[in-house]
Amino acid sequence: MKKKKFSLKDLTDTNLLLTITIVVFFLMYIGAILFQGGGFTKPQTFFNILNANAALIILSCGLSLVMITGGIDISVGGVTALISMCCAVYLDFHGGNVSTSLLMALGIGLAFGIFQGFLVAYLDIQPFIITLAGMFFARGLTTIVNTKPFNVANEAFTKLKLTRVIVPGMGAPNRRGVYVDAYVELGVVVAILVVIVMFCFLRWTKLGRSFYAVGGNHQSALMLGINVKRTRFISHVLCGLLAGIGGFVYFLHVGSGSAAHATGAEMDAIASSIIGGTMLTGGVGNIVGTFFGVLSLGTIQNIVSSAGLDEAWWSGITRAVMLCLFLVIQSVVMARKKKA
Amino acid sequence: MSKDRKTSTGSGILTKIVRNQCFIPLIALLLLVAFNLIADPGFFKITLADNSAGNPVLSGFLVTILDSGSELAILAIGMTLVTAASGGQDISVGAAVAIAGSVLLRVLCGSNSRPETLQAPIIVAFLVSCLVAMLFGAFNGVLVAYFNIQPMIATLILYTAGRSIAAWVNNNELPVISEPSFKYFGEFIPGIPIPTPFFIAVACMIVIGLVLKFTDLRLYTEAVGINQDSARLNGLDPKVVKVLSFVILGVCVAVVGLIKVSRISTINYSVIAKDIEMDAILAVALGGNALSGGKFNMAASIIGAYVIQFLTTTLYKFHVQSDALPAYKAVVVIILVVLSAPKVREWLAGLSKRSMKKEAV
Repeated sequence: MKKKKFSLKDLTDTNLLLTITIVVFFLMYIGAILFQGGGFTKPQTFFNILNANAALIILSCGLSLVMITGGIDISVGGVTALISMCCAVYLDFHGGNVSTSLLMALGIGLAFGIFQGFLVAYLDIQPFIITLAGMFFARGLTTIVNTKPFNVANEAFTKLKLTRVIVPGMGAPNRRGVYVDAYVELGVVVAILVVIVMFCFLRWTKLGRSFYAVGGNHQSALMLGINVKRTRFISHVLCGLLAGIGGFVYFLHVGSGSAAHATGAEMDAIASSIIGGTMLTGGVGNIVGTFFGVLSLGTIQNIVSSAGLDEAWWSGITRAVMLCLFLVIQSVVMARKKKA
Repeated sequence: MSKDRKTSTGSGILTKIVRNQCFIPLIALLLLVAFNLIADPGFFKITLADNSAGNPVLSGFLVTILDSGSELAILAIGMTLVTAASGGQDISVGAAVAIAGSVLLRVLCGSNSRPETLQAPIIVAFLVSCLVAMLFGAFNGVLVAYFNIQPMIATLILYTAGRSIAAWVNNNELPVISEPSFKYFGEFIPGIPIPTPFFIAVACMIVIGLVLKFTDLRLYTEAVGINQDSARLNGLDPKVVKVLSFVILGVCVAVVGLIKVSRISTINYSVIAKDIEMDAILAVALGGNALSGGKFNMAASIIGAYVIQFLTTTLYKFHVQSDALPAYKAVVVIILVVLSAPKVREWLAGLSKRSMKKEAV
């Protein structure tokens, strides 16, 4: 067999954007090691990025699902805040147990997903408007549940929060020369499980493939006999469920309830999905790319803070620049492909 | 039901009123007024009293609505055009107001954050901030028109970065202006008991009214919004029209920035014009304009803006916390959007037809 010469055209849209993302992430990380040195060579720095962004990974997976079907959901940040507040109030003021609070988190996420999904899929309402309202509703409700931010003191919960999973063989000696194991939090394990499950779901199940079909061209999907409305509905429900899981993981990471939690998480999640190569127009995307998208954002944040810039406003600007860059790249790449 | 039928078949004045787009916001306004009348007639009390500067000014809930609603009305003008032309909304207006206000203060204060005297005339500062806001508007517009990104996603960029940019313009300092005449724009001009923002809003309305009357802006915007391909085939450039609508929104943003900053003589980057994008979109939706673009009614949007402010003030009066406000407004949005969805309308129409048939039987 003759070997074919490799060209851009041979890659599918999904793989092309995925490749760009992974290359950019590794270039950035190598750049960080070269210019910032020190911290970035330690594996624990990488694991800390994972620890801080576990919830975001799960939220972004949900958003990728919705975006692949051509929709959008910007309520996930608000839902996350609502979940952490509700769980915190339940655990501390009503003496609840952890497993019930987990169920509560999933229930809140699902409720938002089902409601928004129904309005979007069956009533044909623009997803952006409905989920914008959902975001404001969740944020407002958080304040109604409890105004003041507070830390959770529940024993069982703090025990769970402090659980560390040790990564074998990745430890490094600390300043005093004592060997310290590298660790990740429980949330990271959940996040990686979610990534694997969602990757398999999108790749190898019938429903997963129909997500791409609906996002690519919903009319042709309809001709193929796919239930477009149901597919859209399920994508929103799944996104809601993942927002529930992500919300609980977030809560597990911060261990407090506050109306200001997860501010802008929806923007980060959308940005991660876009950076990870999910097309806004639908039909193109990959969960692995989303995973790397989150890591890229986390790395940027780490670079900005270790460069000693005033994080509060620099991270906002850098993230926006990155989002803008990738949006333009997508737009240009797709336009060129169309011409070719 | 039979009464409805008569009015819909006859060419009565009532039909015309019901068909008018201003009908929905006006009904909402009437409902709110009735609710307040029943709950507490004191809501409508207006008193004339001296303010801290010693000028006789009007105060009361209605004046507050007129005052704060004016900002919203100005934004609603620009938002209506953007919605009509691009079929999407600009969610970065709040952040853009922060930038415009920050630039305004930067020019007025120079390098010193607490100057004794203004470093530049207010009009120059305003023009500079106007220019900056127009540039950011053009940036959004270019992303939407030339890169074909959905408006809400394209403006997400500025939404994320806007407040950071605003803080960066002033090196994260909070300049304070001590010049009393600067307060005229956001509060009262001595001797006039009506808040100045209302006059500014009226001026903006007159300008946009004249522009819509004497130029082809309305025709072009609607043509692009309804079908941009056929607009292009008719010799219009949809890209230019879209960018233009975002630039006009930029001007509106700069005006609101001036009012907002003038009100408190300083700026708070994370709080200024917070959640105003939601209100502006809501005003457009309440005005009965299709959020997916096309035909628009400017007057209905402006009335919508004042109605939204009426709702906000009513909620405040009942001691709803400002952070909890979005929850109530979100419910209103969801109800509005669901009611205006074509599917629901069809269903409702079918329902009324069926009940009419029953009556006939």
